[in-house]
Amino acid sequence: MKYFFHRKSSRQVAKDRLKILLISDRVNCSPEMMELIKTDIAKVISKYMKIDSDNMDIQINTKGSKGTREAKTPSLYANIPILDLHKQ
Amino acid sequence: MENNFSTEKKGSEVIVVTSGKGGVGKTTTSANVGTGLAKGGKKVCLIDTDIGLRNLDVVMGLENRIVYNLVDVVEGNCRIKQALIRDKRHPGLYLMPSAQTRDKSAVSPGQMVKVIDHLREEFDYIILDCPAGIEQGFQNAIAGADRALVVTTPEVSAIRDADRIIGLLEANGFKQIDLIINRLRADMVRRGDMMSAGDVVDILAIPLIGIIPDDENVVIATNQGEPLVGNDTPAGQAYANVVERVDGRDVPFLNFERGISFWTKVSGIFHKV
Repeated sequence: MKYFFHRKSSRQVAKDRLKILLISDRVNCSPEMMELIKTDIAKVISKYMKIDSDNMDIQINTKGSKGTREAKTPSLYANIPILDLHKQ
Repeated sequence: MENNFSTEKKGSEVIVVTSGKGGVGKTTTSANVGTGLAKGGKKVCLIDTDIGLRNLDVVMGLENRIVYNLVDVVEGNCRIKQALIRDKRHPGLYLMPSAQTRDKSAVSPGQMVKVIDHLREEFDYIILDCPAGIEQGFQNAIAGADRALVVTTPEVSAIRDADRIIGLLEANGFKQIDLIINRLRADMVRRGDMMSAGDVVDILAIPLIGIIPDDENVVIATNQGEPLVGNDTPAGQAYANVVERVDGRDVPFLNFERGISFWTKVSGIFHKV
C-alpha cells in the first residue's frame, strides 16, 4: 500500500527546506528594504534619463555554476525600462 | 610575486574547528585531529577557546592536571609554558585549557593573536576548539587562525548554522575552509531518511575533508577521556583519514553509504598496509 501513496522521503524534504531557507538567510534583505532600494535607484537614474519606474523590476538572485561557493553569492538584478534617453 | 608567499606562517599551521551550532562534535573533532597529528609525530597544541564552558580538557582526559589557563596567560598571571599541559600518552601533544569561572569578554581577538604567534614558534599545528555561536567567543577563536574545519551533522539546523559560519569565515578572509560531516548513519541514508554526504556538500559548497560515521565508540572514548583516532573502530578510522588529509595527504573516501559490511572490508585493507 505504501508504494501507491509514494510519500517524499524525509531526506528530500530536508534538502528542499534547506535550499529555500538558505536563500533567505544569505540574502538577509526584507521586502520593505527592497522597496526602499528600488525607490532610491529610480531616483538616481531619473537624474539622467526618463524611466518607467512603475514597470521596473529589481530582485536578488544567485548565479554561477552549481557546486561552487560562488553559486551562492547573491547579486542584485535591476531591469529598468527607459522611456527617453535624453532628459529634458 | 613575492607578496603572494607570506612569511608569517613560519611553517606552523593554525586551524580553528568551528560549527555555529552546539553539540555537533567540535570538541570531539579537535581532540581527535590534534591527537592524530601528534601520533603522526607532529608537535601539536590544542587550545580550548570556550571560556566559561570548557570541555576539551575532559574529552582529552586531562582535567585533573590544570593549574593555569588561557585567561591566566592573557592577563599575565603565568607564562605561556606554565599553562600548557603535556599529554603523557603522546609526545608532542599539549593542551592549553580554558578558564571555567570567567566569560568570553576576558579575552580579545588581539590577545589571542599574540598568544598564537608565540605558540607558532614551538608547534607544527595549533588547533583551536571554537565555542558555539557567532559572538565574541567565535571572533576570538578565528582571529589567529590560518584555516578552518567546519563541523556539521546531516541535519537541517546544523547545516543552516554551518552555512552562516562559512559566510562569516569568508567575510573574515579565510581561504581554506574544509567540511567535516559528523554522525552520518549509512542505514538511514539508504532508507531515504537522512541527507547523504553528497547532499550536504552540494548545499554548503566547500571541500569535504572527512565523513565520521555515527559510532557509539565515540561516547565510550569520551567516557574514558581518550580520543579514539586511529583505533579499530569506524569513527577511529574515519578520524585517522581526516588527520591524513589535514596534513596534506590524499586519502580516498570510504563509502559509508554501502553500509558496515563494506566498512569492515575496507578497514581490513587498512590494517594490512
